[in-house]
This record gives sequence, structure tokens and C-alpha cells, in this order.
Amino acid sequence: MNTETPLIGSYTANDAGQDLTDARVGIVTFPGSLDDRDAARAVRLSGGTAVPLWHADSKLYDVDAVIIPGGFSYGDYLRAGAISRFSPLMDRIIDAANSDAKMPVLGICNGFQILTEAHLLPGSMIKNDHLQFMCRDQRLRVENNTTAWTSSFEAGAELVVPLKNQEGQYVADEKTLDELEGEGRVVFRYVDHNPNGSRRDIAGISNSAGNVVGLMPHPEHAVEAGFGPDTSATGPVELRGGLDGLAIFTSVLKTIVGSKA
Amino acid sequence: MPRIVVDVMPKPEILDPQGKAIAGALPRLGLYGFVEVRQGKRFELTVDGEATQEALDKARTAATTLLSNPVIEDVTRVEWIVDAAAGDVE
Repeated sequence: MNTETPLIGSYTANDAGQDLTDARVGIVTFPGSLDDRDAARAVRLSGGTAVPLWHADSKLYDVDAVIIPGGFSYGDYLRAGAISRFSPLMDRIIDAANSDAKMPVLGICNGFQILTEAHLLPGSMIKNDHLQFMCRDQRLRVENNTTAWTSSFEAGAELVVPLKNQEGQYVADEKTLDELEGEGRVVFRYVDHNPNGSRRDIAGISNSAGNVVGLMPHPEHAVEAGFGPDTSATGPVELRGGLDGLAIFTSVLKTIVGSKA
Repeated sequence: MPRIVVDVMPKPEILDPQGKAIAGALPRLGLYGFVEVRQGKRFELTVDGEATQEALDKARTAATTLLSNPVIEDVTRVEWIVDAAAGDVE
């Protein structure tokens, strides 16, 4: 088990105190995906089982949740995520996300863009207001810790994870933004600095059921000592020791294991 | 073969960062007097066969489902490209 992705780090990062390997999380690879292996490592480091999925697959191979990773699917031609949305596997993901089982789906960066194009999440992403590609360690606040992907966080918890994008400005009309705020569907908000001009400092949102979450910054790059940010929400850490992203993955693994019990 | 042009523009209320950057660059070229630039997209769909109403309807469907995102963009034109010399559809 778990032999496909070699790990440099150890499993000690899984502090859930329970065996989470029964939780199978699918990671979709599109032509042009970049962070699929990182997302798979994050799932494994959190104690779960990562299942690679190819965008042209027509089935989900019994996964319990799906992560749509960052990158530049189809080169971001036309619009970011617009072409990926029509991949065969996306139809299965949309059905599973909207089914009674409410399969958890997380879209990170380009994956968030794909989820909006698929209408699983409202709004859209346009170029950063300053037009620059942005890469920085970004502080976020968890505004809703009841979703499938945030249940391991304390209410109001903060985290520091890398952010890197060119097209990360979240936009939606005022009515939609008011709905998101009113229903507690703003899941993550930028703290201290809005890196791209996103409306109301929104970094991540969910659907009304809370199983589908889109997030612009990259928690999967803050899960392994030696490869994360130089800071965490609680202060400086040793060199590249930031692991704040782990709780997002342990959240969904515990959600899955809990629903199976 | 007949061709259909589809124009897609960012919605007026959506900030168009690219258009804004272009507007900022024009004065640096000595080109004054433009207060705003909006950058859109033009698609040309070449039709296999006759210029039928059905083809135009399909192009409209393509324009609203794939070529544009209704959250941020408007489809501002879907029409046949007319050959100026012939005064008719190509």
C-alpha cells in the first residue's frame, strides 16, 4: 500500500490519531496540470491513500473525494479552466459532487477556476489587478470550519501557505457576494494583504452543502518539513518548515473515515 | 467556405486589467486622447457546407457555453462574415 509516490518525509505529520488509509482521494491530472504529484503527496503525508485520475477517464475508481490540482490545464487557452471543464471525468465529478452522497471536491488554484467554469462554484477568476504573476507566502483566515475540507481547523484559525498565480482575482456580482457572505460560504479570506484584488478579500469559497471548496493559494505546498513556507500562522518556523496546509487534507480524510464508520 | 464571427467582450462592470494596461501604454507612445481601452476576443468559425441558419444557431450555442463565461463576459456579435466585394456571405 502507498508505494507509488516515494516520500522523503515521514507519516508523523498525521496527528489524527486514527488510521486514515481507507480514505481514497482521487487527484485529477489534466494536460498541463502541475501540482498533481504535490497534492498526492499531501494526501499521503496526511495519512490517506492518493489515487491518480486521468481527465479522459470515464469513471472515478471508487474514490471518496477528489482534488483538482493547480497548474495550467490546456495552457489556460480560451480562459483558465474553460476547456478542462468539458473533460469526461468532470461530468462524473459534477454528478458525484451534486449527488446525495455529496462527494467532497477541492479545487486548488487552476482547480478553483475549473470548478467555477463547471458551475459547481459561483463567480469567476480574472487576471490579478496588478497584472503581475504573484508568488508569495500568504496568510489566510479560516472563515468556516464546518466544510468537508476545513473541519480540522479551530474556528477563526489562520494558516500560511504559498500563493502563486496570474489569474487569481476572484470576481462575482454583488448579489452573489452577499449570498456567499450570508450563507457562510466564504471559507478562506486573505489576511494582511490582498494579493490579487479579489472581491472582499476572498481566497476560497464553498457550495451551499460545503462539500465543494475552491481555494486560490496552495495548501499542498505546505505539508512537508523542508519544502514549505518559512513561517506558519503561529510565527517563524525552521527553514521551510511551514506545515499549515496539512489540516486541509486531514480534514477531508477524517470526514471520509467518519462517514464510513 | 462560409465563416461566422463571434465577438466576446468583458462585461462593462468587470475591471478589464489588460485593457487598463494598454490604456496606460498609449500615452507612452505619444498617442493621447483615449480615455479607456477594453480588450475582447474575436473567434472565427469556418462552416463545413452551406451558410445555414442552423449553423448560425450552433455558433450561438458555442458562444454562450464555451467561448464566453457569462459571469465576466458578454457575447456582443454572432454573424456571418460578409465578403465586401461580393456584398454577400462568402
